[in-house]
Formats: sequence, structure tokens, C-alpha cells
Amino acid sequence: MISFTLNGKETEVDASPDMPLLWALRDELKMTGTKFGCGVAACGACTVHIDGVPTRSCQTYLGDLDGAAITTIEGVESKAAKAIQKAWVELQVPQCGYCQSGQIMSASALLAETPKPTDDDIDTAMDGNLCRCASYARIRKAIHRAAEIMEA
Amino acid sequence: MRLIDKRDLMPATKTLETTRRGFLTLSAGAAGGLLLGAAVPARGLAQSGAEGDVLVTPFVHVMPDNTVLVLSKHLDMGQGTASGLATLVAEELDASRDQVTTDFAPSNPELYANTAFGVQGTGGSTAMPNSWEQYRKAGATVRAMLVNAAASEWGVDASEIAVSEGKLSAGENTVTFGEMASLAAGQKPPEDVALKAPEDWVYIGKSFARVEVPQKTQGSVGMFGIDQQPEGGLVAVTARPPRFGATLASVDAADAKAMDGVHDVLEIPQGVVVVADTTWKAMQARDALTLEWTEGSGETRGTDALMEEFRALLDKPGNPAEPKGDAAAKLEQAEKVIEADYVFPYLAHAPMEPLDMTVLYDGSSAQFWGGSQLQTVDHGTAASVLGLEMGQVQVYTKWGGGSFGRRATGDAHLVAEAATIGRAWRDAGHEARPIKLVYTREDDIKGGYYRPLTMHRVRAGLDADGNISGWEHRIVSQSIAKGTPFEKYMVKEGVDDTTIEGIHPTPYAIPDLTVDVHHPDVGVPVLWWRSVGHTHTAYVMETMMDELAEAAERDPVEFRLSYLGEDARLAGALQLAVERAGEAGPEGTHRGIAVHKSFGSYVAEVADVRLREDGTIKVEKVTCGVDCGVPINPDNIVAQVEGALGYGLSSILREQITLTDGEVDQFNFPDYTPLRISDMPEVEVHIVPSTEAPTGIGEPGTPPIGPAVANAVYKATGERVRSLPMSQHGLA
Repeated sequence: MISFTLNGKETEVDASPDMPLLWALRDELKMTGTKFGCGVAACGACTVHIDGVPTRSCQTYLGDLDGAAITTIEGVESKAAKAIQKAWVELQVPQCGYCQSGQIMSASALLAETPKPTDDDIDTAMDGNLCRCASYARIRKAIHRAAEIMEA
Repeated sequence: MRLIDKRDLMPATKTLETTRRGFLTLSAGAAGGLLLGAAVPARGLAQSGAEGDVLVTPFVHVMPDNTVLVLSKHLDMGQGTASGLATLVAEELDASRDQVTTDFAPSNPELYANTAFGVQGTGGSTAMPNSWEQYRKAGATVRAMLVNAAASEWGVDASEIAVSEGKLSAGENTVTFGEMASLAAGQKPPEDVALKAPEDWVYIGKSFARVEVPQKTQGSVGMFGIDQQPEGGLVAVTARPPRFGATLASVDAADAKAMDGVHDVLEIPQGVVVVADTTWKAMQARDALTLEWTEGSGETRGTDALMEEFRALLDKPGNPAEPKGDAAAKLEQAEKVIEADYVFPYLAHAPMEPLDMTVLYDGSSAQFWGGSQLQTVDHGTAASVLGLEMGQVQVYTKWGGGSFGRRATGDAHLVAEAATIGRAWRDAGHEARPIKLVYTREDDIKGGYYRPLTMHRVRAGLDADGNISGWEHRIVSQSIAKGTPFEKYMVKEGVDDTTIEGIHPTPYAIPDLTVDVHHPDVGVPVLWWRSVGHTHTAYVMETMMDELAEAAERDPVEFRLSYLGEDARLAGALQLAVERAGEAGPEGTHRGIAVHKSFGSYVAEVADVRLREDGTIKVEKVTCGVDCGVPINPDNIVAQVEGALGYGLSSILREQITLTDGEVDQFNFPDYTPLRISDMPEVEVHIVPSTEAPTGIGEPGTPPIGPAVANAVYKATGERVRSLPMSQHGLA
């Protein structure tokens, strides 16, 4: 049995310690907001926050998570995340939307750390998140917009 | 597009009568009662939960809680169609946008055929064009039923009733649509309805927010096929052969079967299937299988060998498409002749949501859930595989996590495999349970159904005045349509239209043009990939036009315009893009242009490209001119063009699938490397105002980006890039 805090709630998962967090979230806990895209930490669709740090859940194993604080798209409530979600709707960022949970988790971690990111900051923080719809131009604009919303 | 005979896609012995009857029996629950104008109790509709009766028509349901539900007959895989269709309905219904929501229509070729295909399906950028009248009429029909019901209830003439923002009013009386739904359901739908004049449009032509975007920012439950978690559901992954078409020699599944959570290991023609409690357990157990494949079976050629064979074919005459003029004679007379060969690699679609399909088969009926893009093909194939009538099978469409063509397969291989697993599971003596077949990314990248490996050879002449004097064009590419239900509509005299589209026909008035093709048989499955043949034909045409303009010492825009005399819309898109791009791009950049017509729409792109010190390129800015008829949702057109050119740019920079001795070399995103945010240019999209009927917008943004960038690269380096991806040349 592995215990951690998930979206602010004490949570126990009865699964193998070598099960990736991604699959524990999706198949054991039935929280499908975190997406499977590649399984090898190359696309960012599975990004969650672990102790506030954006992390690829497909390459993070349950056995390493005892006592961790995990936040997923279903529970992200920081000021930065709310601003990001608002900007995402305002600028109509998602197309198919499948990668967007991961994009939002990466972007909200960026904003929490760097409230006024430059384009270079955005490239560095977001380059690990693939979007096959290429919604990138709007992701960039929406991060800048979210920074404005945060400031207001 | 062509109309497809539904009978081609259905089990041979089934009639449409049984289809319809069977369907209505099956669908008595969720979206049932599809007879026009029927009223069904709200409790019969899963989506409602409200009291009272619902006004049900095939495309529009008006709920007692005042929700207007628009059923999308099309898959929405990110192209915005569901909201676009809802807008067409809302416009003619005079609904409030806030009351409109969407769901996907079930599979039913009688009610939900794509009017361009004759069967239910999404592709060829036809979703809005084929629905343009149909969904507006659906909205107008429901409006008339509501008005007639109110007129009858209030004892006034229908002409005295005003409709606005989801309310009906006359004198003192005002009701919501929801309050009138039950009475309206008893009204006979009018035979014909008038549609609004364009000047009366409230929603069409104005940007609007798509209905599902908030859900897509919140990780909402159950949107995508892969998110289906039905009660008692299991997950299946399949070990498929390492070479396309190879056969299984032996399998030792003892270790896999002994693993925790593994329910069974099934042998099916497609491979060996592990069925487990969870995706991860299924994947782990698949790794524990010991598999041997029959030596030398399947496609054993690598891409080097294929390219050698393709190159040899470039020297031989192929099957001719209908010629224009006498290209050979004109080339004889030409002052200059430019000859060039081009190579385009296999490309994977790699939608972010890997393929998946959930099946529940109980021996006498079957249901499927997933991002079905050709519902009728999927539906008919599933029925054939399971030996059922169409009416005993239903396919429920979920939001597609991207597709780019990948979910629209003529052989319905995904549904066929899910159906086969459902049957094998039952044959093994298990009780019926939902089984979700999931592809891993490796299954996807290695799984075939690629944009075909393609070669072109062009010989184009110029006369002394700098005008084109003869154009001979040969293409070597596997046929996409061959062996599918689409073959008899798309392959004519040995020429697959999807190979030559964009060159033949071309909007350029080139008087002497011949095109011939070879369609070699290769065991690698191929498929349409966003914009299909235009992915390579536009590249060749538009880089060649640039080369010819230079050789003729003419301006590349003027040169193109001189051949677009009869196509004012393409010229208009080009002029708009060039004008808005201004004199020059960001400092230090080089400019390339391209313009192309595809799927009825006209797109020009001006690319400003920087050559970095390390020899790689960065596309800094792309300025687009787009004419796609009436711009139903301008912001969505902008989004689609941004995304489509990003998808095309991704492919020309670094994407390629290669094979060694028949085995695919790439495995996942570390070595099949799509565009990332740092590669993405700034994009400006300018739309030509139009009152023409709307044409496609999901794909037409893709074709021009490759040649626009290649033409800029030529300016920067003096080299013409004639084989892709550009990473092969150190450019990316």
C-alpha cells in the first residue's frame, strides 16, 4: 500500500511499487485527466506536479511516491493554474485537447516560478510538451495572457 | 468527392430495412427515437435528466430544461466541427449560444451520411461544406415546429411570433424553447424551410468559443475513447508482427498468463492479445510473451531497397492521367528545361491520443466506443467480422485526440481487431465484458498506415519569353485507395486520384501538361495523411514554380499570378498574403512563398526563415491568405490554419519513417520527432471575405508550408531541397 497526498486528499493505492503513477491515476484511481501519450517521458501529456515540480507521471513509479504531494489537472487550483485555464479558454488554445492537461500543468508550474516569462522562458519550460495539433502559437500567447491575468 | 454506395460497406446479405429497424431497436436508450418530430420522455435520454417531453429531430433535440442538443454526425478530432455544426443550427433556430450543447450522433448511414461520401464519415475537409445546408435546415425546421406550436397554443398567426435568443414571443406571451418543446414535438415538420439571408446572420461569420474548450482545460472525465472506463472493463494490447504481413510461428504465453491481473492471452490473426485488468498490466504481460514470427514472411524490403526500385520506375512510363496539350513537343521546342527528382518519406500521423477502441460483444450484439472517423465503414466491418446484422451493432463516437487521417481507414483495421478480440474472448468461454484495445506509442509509430513513400520527376520547359513550355510529371507512390472500398471511386485507369491531386488538376493554366504514375505494391499499409496527395504535390509544384520563375528572371508572385488568370480566388489569397506580409520579414530572414488550392479552399503562405549559424533553420513568421468561402467561425479558421501549417512544418523538418529489412526503425517520439514549441513560427492568418459556400479548412493550411519554407531556404543557402525531411541536409 502506497500513501500520498493527491489533490489535497490523503490517498492510498494498493498496487505494485513499480507501476508508473500515470497508470495508477488512470486505471486504479479512474482519474483520466492525466493522459498517456508516449510512456517514455518524451511528450509531456502525462505531466503532473509532484511537490510542486512538473513531472512526467509515466516515468515516475509508485514506490518512490510514499508521502509525496501530487497535483493533477483535476485538482490544480493555484493562482497560476487558474490564470492559465482562464487564458486557455479566452484564447481557445485547445484543438483536439488531448495534450492540454499536460500543457496546462507545465505552464502553470512555469508561471508559479516565473510570473512574467519571456519567450525563451516559455520555450525552455514548454519544449517537452508535444502538441500534434500545433496549438503552440496560442499556448505562447495564452501564457503571456495568463501572466497579465495574474498581475491584475 | 464521390458518393459511395453504402452496399460496398455493409455485410452482403443485409438490407437497409434491417439496418434501420435494428438500429432503432438498439438505440432506444441514449439518443433514441430518431424519427423526425417524435416526442420521447426525457428520462429516455441519457443526456437530459430533465422532466417533460423532448422535441427530437435527427440533428437537434430541444430539452425541457431549455438545452438545445445538436448531434454531430462527424467526428470532432480538434477541427472544431461539433461547434461549427451547433452554430449552423443556432443561427437558423435563433437559439441563444449559451443553451446549445453537442453530442456525437450514433452510427446510422441513413440519417447521418456525409452528403459528399454517401456514408457516415469525416474526411477530405468536408465536414462543414457537406453540412452547410443540412444543419441550417435542421435548425430552421425545429424553429418552425416551435413557432407553429406557439401559434396554435396562443391562437395567433405564426407570422406574429418573434423568435430570439431561445425565446418565442407574441404580445404578452413569452416562453423558452424548452417550455414549448413538448407541444412542438406534436407538430408536423414543414416540408421545406427558408434559410436566412447572409445579412441576417447573427452567429455565422463571427468568432465564437467552442463548446468543449472548458472541458478540455479541466481534464474532464470520459471525453476521449482512451478515457472510457466502463464497469467491469478490461484492457487489451496486441503483440503484432515486426514486419507488415508476417505470420506467427509460435508463442509461449506461460509467463504472461501467470502475471497478476492478466485474464487471458488470445491468438488472433492480427497477433497475440493480452487481456488484463489495467493498461500497465497488459503492457507488462505483453513484454513477457515469447514470440517467434515465421522467417522471411511479410514485407522484408527496407526503404533503401524500395527507393532503388522507385527510382528505377522513374525512368519508365507509367499509367497516364488525362493529358493536356502536347508536353513532349513543347519541351522539344523549349529554350530551357529544368529537370528534378524529389523524394518524400513515409510519415506517421502520430495523433496525441494513441489509437484505441472499446468493444462489448455478447454473442448476439456488439457495441463499440472510440474516435470513429468512418462510422459506416467501421460499423459494417464490425458486423462482418462478428457475423451480425448492421442493426445488432452500434458504434458510439467519442472526441478524437487528433487524427490527421489516422482514424479513417478503408479497412477499418482497428474496429476489426477490436471485434476479433471480442469474439476470441467469448470463444475462450469468458462472460461478456467491455474490452478496450489500446495502442502504445510504439504500436502507433511502428504500425503502418503511413503517408506513402513517394518520388516525383518533373521536366518543365521555358520558352524564350520566360513562359512555361511543356511540363512532364511522373510520380511513383503506393496507391492509398487500392484494396479499400474507395478504390472504385478513386482509382481510374490505374491512376489513384489521391496521388496526383494538386498537380492534376492544377489551378495553374499550364497548357501542355502530362502526368503519369506508378503504383508499386509494397506490404507497408498506407493512408491519407492530413491533405493527402497535396502533401507532396504542392511541394513539387510550388518549388518548381519558384525555380521556373527564377530561371525566367521573373518575380515569383507575378510569375504565379500570370498562370492564375482563370482562378481569381487563388490569386486573391496570394495577393492578400503577400500584401499583409509587407516588404520584408524580421531582420535577417529570407522569404519564400507558396500558394495552393486543396479541398476547395485557397491558401497562400509567406514564410520568413532564418538560417542560424549552425546551419539549421528557424521559421520565424508565416503570413497566410485564406479563402474558404463563408468563414463560419473566423477564429477557428485561424486556429486550423495555424495548426495545419504547424503539422506540415513538423513533417518537413524532421519526420520520417524508415525501414530496415522490412522492420520500422523508429519507435516513439525520441526518434520520430514532431514540431515543438521552440520550432513554431509566429503565424498571421488573413481571411478573404466571401459569400461563397464554405469549403474545407482542416487540411488546406498544410500543403503550402513545405514549399514556402523550401523556397526561403533556397534564398538563404542557394540549395534546392528536393528530399525530405530537411534534417537529412543538416537544416533541422
